[in-house]
Amino acid sequence: MSAFEEKQSLLNWYCPLPQLDFDRILLGHGSGGLLTNKLLEAGVFELLNNEWLAQKHDGAILDLEGRMAFSTDSFVVSPLFFPGGNIGELAVNGTVNDLAMCGALPRYLSLGFILEEGFPMRDFWEILLSIRKSCALAGVNVVTGDTKVVERGKGDGIFINTTGIGPLHPQASIQSARVVPGDRVIVSGPVAAHGMAILSVREGLQFESTITSDTRALHRPVKALLDVLGQEVHLLRDPTRGGVATTLNEIARDRRLGVALEQSSLPIDEVVESACEILGLDPLYVANEGIFIAIVSESTAADALAILKTLPETSGAAVIGEIVADHPGQVLLKSRIGGKRVVGMLPGEQLPRIC
Amino acid sequence: MKYLSEYRDPQLVGQYLDEIHEIVTRPWSIMEVCGGQTHGLVKNGILNLLPPQINMIHGPGCPVCVTPLHLIDKAVHLALDKGVILCSYGDMVRVPGSKMSLLEAKANGADIRILYSPLESLKLAQEYPGREVVFFAVGFETTAPANALAVIQASLLGLKNFSILTSHVLVPPAMEAVLNDETAKIDGFLAAGHVCAIMGLSEYGPLVEKYQVPIVVTGFEPVDLLQGILMTVRQLEQGVAALENQYSRVVKAEGNPQAVEVIHKVFEVSDREWRGIGNIPGSGYELRPEFRGYDAMVKFEVDIPKAPEHPDCIAGLVLKGIKKPQQCPQFGKGCTPSSPFGAPMVSSEGACAAYYHFQAVEIG
Repeated sequence: MSAFEEKQSLLNWYCPLPQLDFDRILLGHGSGGLLTNKLLEAGVFELLNNEWLAQKHDGAILDLEGRMAFSTDSFVVSPLFFPGGNIGELAVNGTVNDLAMCGALPRYLSLGFILEEGFPMRDFWEILLSIRKSCALAGVNVVTGDTKVVERGKGDGIFINTTGIGPLHPQASIQSARVVPGDRVIVSGPVAAHGMAILSVREGLQFESTITSDTRALHRPVKALLDVLGQEVHLLRDPTRGGVATTLNEIARDRRLGVALEQSSLPIDEVVESACEILGLDPLYVANEGIFIAIVSESTAADALAILKTLPETSGAAVIGEIVADHPGQVLLKSRIGGKRVVGMLPGEQLPRIC
Repeated sequence: MKYLSEYRDPQLVGQYLDEIHEIVTRPWSIMEVCGGQTHGLVKNGILNLLPPQINMIHGPGCPVCVTPLHLIDKAVHLALDKGVILCSYGDMVRVPGSKMSLLEAKANGADIRILYSPLESLKLAQEYPGREVVFFAVGFETTAPANALAVIQASLLGLKNFSILTSHVLVPPAMEAVLNDETAKIDGFLAAGHVCAIMGLSEYGPLVEKYQVPIVVTGFEPVDLLQGILMTVRQLEQGVAALENQYSRVVKAEGNPQAVEVIHKVFEVSDREWRGIGNIPGSGYELRPEFRGYDAMVKFEVDIPKAPEHPDCIAGLVLKGIKKPQQCPQFGKGCTPSSPFGAPMVSSEGACAAYYHFQAVEIG
């Protein structure tokens, strides 16, 4: 069986919740004794088994050489389950993507859980299944981890931390210092899907069309870009919380350069755009989980776009703007009708308008 | 969805802009009443596309901005000290009270829920029969029908643990207060489209007659705003004063009679204090006596001292269009969206917040 076929069979094989004598997480499951072992054996190790976890050691021994990227992220999303995925997918893809943004190929992950007493085992199982699936799709392994349980009321069901490591692409030279006027700003796909998918399941909001989260691993498109363009890729960032606007503002401030955006070039699904309109939210500030921003040299922008458009993860890529020497530290948007406005940093959470 | 793209058509926008540029011969100050219209002008970068003779003055149509400081303090008090579930529209929670905003109260342990509709607070009241649920009923006439409906539903359900903290304000009295203020020189108005969708046009004819100013009921998309401005400028250049309806696809002369009926069933007109402006007679809604049981101010004894506004905040002058935000000495210095002195710097529809984001754009 080829590696691909093996992956496919893994994905197609439905794994039912094993027979356990507990249906909820108990405080004892985090205290390191018999209950902990029961949970890990029946849950984590059952699904995520590999040569490292099989050692059941306090840490994983890895064979690494050369320059590495190393990144961590914690996941506290609420609700835990949403159209297009759950916290498990986010936990894997989030760190995989952080490593990809450094120009690295993700290889190994650590996985830490903080579970709330009373958390249903059925939900934990589903999240573990998602973690397994996402790891398989991304080609990464969870090699070490930890499980803690906190008292009821002291957690939000489950919090997850993942930390990842992987070798740097030999052609990668990703640094914000390399961003210069003339560079083009590319977004790898339509914006605002994840944030609106989350909002759509929160109580009181029911849209007729389902908006699904865009969570996905992005290291393959990144590798494709670096393979061909190498050092012409100046910066990569994934616009998660705070959206595209926040990420671009951070870059503008950091580099004391301006960013000029074209609203008419911003890719967004019609359903997502409508949902933003109804709620009075600006899609530029809504969270994303499956797109990245690439800042590339002016001469390679067309090639970069062409490469991304051939890949399924990034077929909706578009050039949305340019780095300029004007208005340093600020992001300016040219609206569809030709007017200009500043796209600033939000002071806090974006709140829907009253009227 | 067609409406969105048609009323954002760059070609049509260009046409209207060209005509405005062609016909304007002298300076005109036009007030767009509604905060949503301010938002539309800023969001689409329209302000610097207009000819320099057109001075757009941002009106007091931001219900968040005009909710009195004292009422916010009362809401904070109810949530923190009386332990109610305080429900609010999103924009309200960041507005500073004299000690803290509702968002800060939340961080201090208050149970604050951000809702999209007052009917959700009814669900909460049913879900938590042992807790008091208070809905912060803020808004112009636009949100009054939904708030009235919530009270009617509560009464039909026999809910004993639900009440509203009313902060309803009305547009025509506010426009009249602006027109009566000699320091505010407004030549024409873009009336608030959604308020008129509810209330109709009948209150605006008398204002046109009395003050001889053009009033054009206007929508919110770029084409709406520019068409409304064009219609106003045409009148001004011709020296006429009339009531016109640009937003005719949504606004009917009689408004929404069912919504008006629901409002009048539950609310009656009362005097109301506007933050930064002061008391404007007959400019608000209060619950009618038969519904006073749902009035949080009647239900809960809230005896807290009235705190003064920040001494450096000139929100009142900004809301009446007498001063522009950047004329405030604290603008962008002590007072910013993350550390606001007053409401217009916080609300996404507030003039100060709009200018804070817009003012850095010195582009031809």
